Amino acid sequence: MIKSNAASVEFRNVSKVYPGSRVAAVDNVSIHVEEGRLVTLLGPSGCGKTTTLRMIAGLEFVTSGQIIIGGKDVTTLPATERDVSMVFQSYALFPHMTVRENVEYGLKFSGFPKREIADRAMAGLTLVGLQDYGARLPSQLSGGQQQRVAVARALVLEPQVLLFDEPLSNLDAKLRRQVREDIRDIQTKLGLTVVYVTHDQEEALAVSDRIIVMNNAVVAQEGTPRELYDAPANTFVADFIGEANLLNCEITKIKAGIASVRLGPVKLDLPARGQAVGPARLAIRPNRINLVKGSTKNTLPATLSKVTYVGKHLECMAMTEAGPIFALCNDVDAAFKPGDKVGLDFPGRGPVLVAE
Amino acid sequence: MAVGLAGFALLPWYMLDDGLFSFEWLLNGYPFDKNSAPALFLALQGHKLWLAPMGLLLLLPLSLWGRPKNDPVFANVLIAVGVAGLIWFFAQGFGISLRGWNFGFLNELFGKFPDRQFGMGWGAVFVGCAFLFLLALGIAARGAVGGDVFVVSSIGLIIGLVTLFIFMPVVKMLGSALVTEDGGYSASSFLGKFLSSRIWGLECIMGGSRCGVAWNSLFLALVVGFVTTLLGLVFALIATRTNARFQKVLRALTVLPVITPPFVIGLAIILLFGLSGVFTQGWAELFDTQPTRWVYGLPGLLIAQTLAFTPIAFLVLIGVVEGVSPSMEEAAQTLRANRWQTFWTVSLPLMRPGLANAFLLGFIESMADFGNPLVLGGNFDVLSTEIFFAIVGAQYDQAQAAVLAIVLLLFTLTAFYAQRFWLGNKSYTTVAGKGDAGMHPPLPRALTLGIGSIAAFWLLLTVIVYCTIFYASFVKLWGVDASLTLDHYVQAFAIGWNEFGIHWKGSAWDSFFTTLWIALISALPTALIGLLTAYLLVRQSFAGKAAFEFGTMLSFAIPGTVIGVSYVIAFNVPPIEITGTAIILIISFIFRNMPVGVRAGVASMSQLDRSLDESSLTLGANSFQTFIRIILPLLRPAILAALVYSFVRAMTAISAVIFLVSARYDLSTSYIVGRVENNEYGIAIAYSTALIFVMLLVIGLMQLIVGRRDIGRRGQAGSARQLQVAGGG
Repeated sequence: MIKSNAASVEFRNVSKVYPGSRVAAVDNVSIHVEEGRLVTLLGPSGCGKTTTLRMIAGLEFVTSGQIIIGGKDVTTLPATERDVSMVFQSYALFPHMTVRENVEYGLKFSGFPKREIADRAMAGLTLVGLQDYGARLPSQLSGGQQQRVAVARALVLEPQVLLFDEPLSNLDAKLRRQVREDIRDIQTKLGLTVVYVTHDQEEALAVSDRIIVMNNAVVAQEGTPRELYDAPANTFVADFIGEANLLNCEITKIKAGIASVRLGPVKLDLPARGQAVGPARLAIRPNRINLVKGSTKNTLPATLSKVTYVGKHLECMAMTEAGPIFALCNDVDAAFKPGDKVGLDFPGRGPVLVAE
Repeated sequence: MAVGLAGFALLPWYMLDDGLFSFEWLLNGYPFDKNSAPALFLALQGHKLWLAPMGLLLLLPLSLWGRPKNDPVFANVLIAVGVAGLIWFFAQGFGISLRGWNFGFLNELFGKFPDRQFGMGWGAVFVGCAFLFLLALGIAARGAVGGDVFVVSSIGLIIGLVTLFIFMPVVKMLGSALVTEDGGYSASSFLGKFLSSRIWGLECIMGGSRCGVAWNSLFLALVVGFVTTLLGLVFALIATRTNARFQKVLRALTVLPVITPPFVIGLAIILLFGLSGVFTQGWAELFDTQPTRWVYGLPGLLIAQTLAFTPIAFLVLIGVVEGVSPSMEEAAQTLRANRWQTFWTVSLPLMRPGLANAFLLGFIESMADFGNPLVLGGNFDVLSTEIFFAIVGAQYDQAQAAVLAIVLLLFTLTAFYAQRFWLGNKSYTTVAGKGDAGMHPPLPRALTLGIGSIAAFWLLLTVIVYCTIFYASFVKLWGVDASLTLDHYVQAFAIGWNEFGIHWKGSAWDSFFTTLWIALISALPTALIGLLTAYLLVRQSFAGKAAFEFGTMLSFAIPGTVIGVSYVIAFNVPPIEITGTAIILIISFIFRNMPVGVRAGVASMSQLDRSLDESSLTLGANSFQTFIRIILPLLRPAILAALVYSFVRAMTAISAVIFLVSARYDLSTSYIVGRVENNEYGIAIAYSTALIFVMLLVIGLMQLIVGRRDIGRRGQAGSARQLQVAGGG
């Protein structure tokens, strides 16, 4: 049966500059992935997340800094000599080998006896539910099955760290949810250390223990999915993870970590999160805004400019003195229409102060 | 390292008289006999003391036993040993010539040299490789290319081979161009030869009888380049833009230049238009004039080279013409351009890089062509034949040959460089990825008719040419006795029985079998070196990669005659003394045909997803295992194709090998040329016909096998086409 040799991964001040380029692809990044956790590297394309992943794999080498896997410095070791496996975006199944040969491939270089290679490969295929497909060629499998073969091939080596490079991007929407849950199940069952790269924030929120958001070659924020969604550190994270209205506001005073915030006529008491008195930025999720008819106390007066019915909710665009605000109204039967004067109510956990 | 020590201690250091494949030395007083002793015993007996330091150097790395790989001492010692070993290796090789020290100052330093140098043998080869490997190991240990020993040593190996077998001979040839008749070096004598009127004379413009050979070659190459480009474009347009029925025929014709020995077209032209040719005689009878030798010289060469090289231009241009996205042309039409305007303003300009490329290829091919000028040239001398006569003629003037070779090399390198400069690396790329939807609009009607008739005429001529060859091989004496006979075949390929079994009686069998086995032997290394180079070029990044690529592709631009001359000059003397052996033929084939393998490899490797090798690496295979288990199997069709093409090219090559053949190792092509020179056309043609059929068979077999091996990847057709482009060179 397949065990886990999970180990932690640590980056110490790692930078990577590709030859011929003056801009760093990864700039002085320090991260720590605890063993047995699934950590996602999330960010827009070109943010350095794939480079980070490939440096863990040993497919790229750092320009400066150190990489430590399982307490051992592996900075200069090539991919072959690192105990790390990777599932590629294109799956990279060898087209000239059968499914079983693909899964056995890495085992052959690990010095196992023949008998054990076959057993382990079978165990791996069983784990992903493809025990009957060993004799097929990769081209005879569906996309989802190929994906599972790629996972099995990486898993049977019992690597210290398992890497996923955008594993769901070649699957159709329905299959994605299924596959990502399968990956998560296997990871928790075996207690694997997994580093997972994606640009899809929903996918990241769904599978991860922790998320590392990267932007412009640096780490923008690191935390649990809930921390990132409910308390984004800055406007980039707020905007990238989920949707957010970013508004200018004013902090009038700060007392015991609670800031008094003024947004037009509305007064809010929010955690200060390191912000100082003066102009500040406020992030508000569209689904954390209540629309009330007319204007009541401590609501932001607004005029609806657009109301779109999308089935499970209404999407409303409201013009306010703080700028246009996008809000969702879950009461699809509410009779809002463009031109209505409404008040926007911000419940306690809705708005969050963020750094620029 | 063990290999190096074995080479040093066990194998004979010097090449033996009976060649590299004989093992008689094992019985001849080995290991103490002076001639066949390994370096170790030579040094111990005090014979060749200068070999001793290498043994010590090879032992030095043993002291590193047990040290970790990333210890800087480890890397530095290995690098030092490798460099010192290689320097000593070559210093002793080149420092000592046939008659003692090679350089005067050594004479003064060590006194007169008591011995002579011999060619290096297996022992030396292994020791050299060992030093190279140690150097690579050291460089890899310092972390170059990710510390990958396999990659570093491959790079080292290929650089070493290219330097030794392409650059070194050419440089030596350049050096020998400076040698005067009495053996001294003189730049002025070189300049005198270089600028002589025999090469650069312009009398013909002033009404004189003949121009310099350089102008002849240049003029011929320019015209041929232009005409073949035009014809190539015509055929490419027909093949892609019309629904002509002979599209299939056209594509089939592209295989012709690959399988036809280069002078065969020239022979056919003589049969048709020569003094006793069908057309000349017919014309003379019809109009009652005297038959003339008009075809010998420029007209004949033009016809022959145009016929021979148009398919190459076609292969280049068909990719380009197909690559012009139909949506561009459709867009032009929706913008109210009519068919003519679309063609002139959109289609043609988009094909411009391809046209330039086809022109330069035709130019280089014509410059380098040797076979046709040899049989058809008459008084119209060109550089390639002039080089040949300087070496084999009564004058035997190496320096003159070298000077001519330099001129030729200058022309082709300029063209090659222009091509690179102009087109960068995109020479053959067509639209990548998903093709545009849409159809190429049909050509203007007048244009269709025009190019159709040109193409039909050309096709007719080609068919006549090949039929003539086939028919003439059965004719008793062309133009004199038209009766049909099998005599030529019998004379060349007769088989008889004697007391030893089958007796290959025919006069051609000897050269035929030699050609077969030499072509077979050279095919494997050609394909391997080519693919290894392609792997390094496509998959690895290292300092100096651009120069590396340029170097490996350079031999494409070096005409065969130049290679031939430089090999004769460079490998006639120790340390590499292989003139007159089969080895020199094999080596010349390997390095002449290497670009074919490289192109084949690059073309098909670019279609392999890079993540395949990366996943193999992350699964614990090292780069060597990845190369063997993933890349080679996936490239199987390309390998097979490269094997067959290098085989076929070796079978049909003439320009380089004609300098390198010997009585013992004669090749088909040089045998045929010999027959032509003796006016034994019958045998020559019969032999050529047989060769064409053999190679048709080989190509056909390959198509069959490659077709079956197709494992459902895209782009096979593309890589095969690129191969053929390269194959024509």
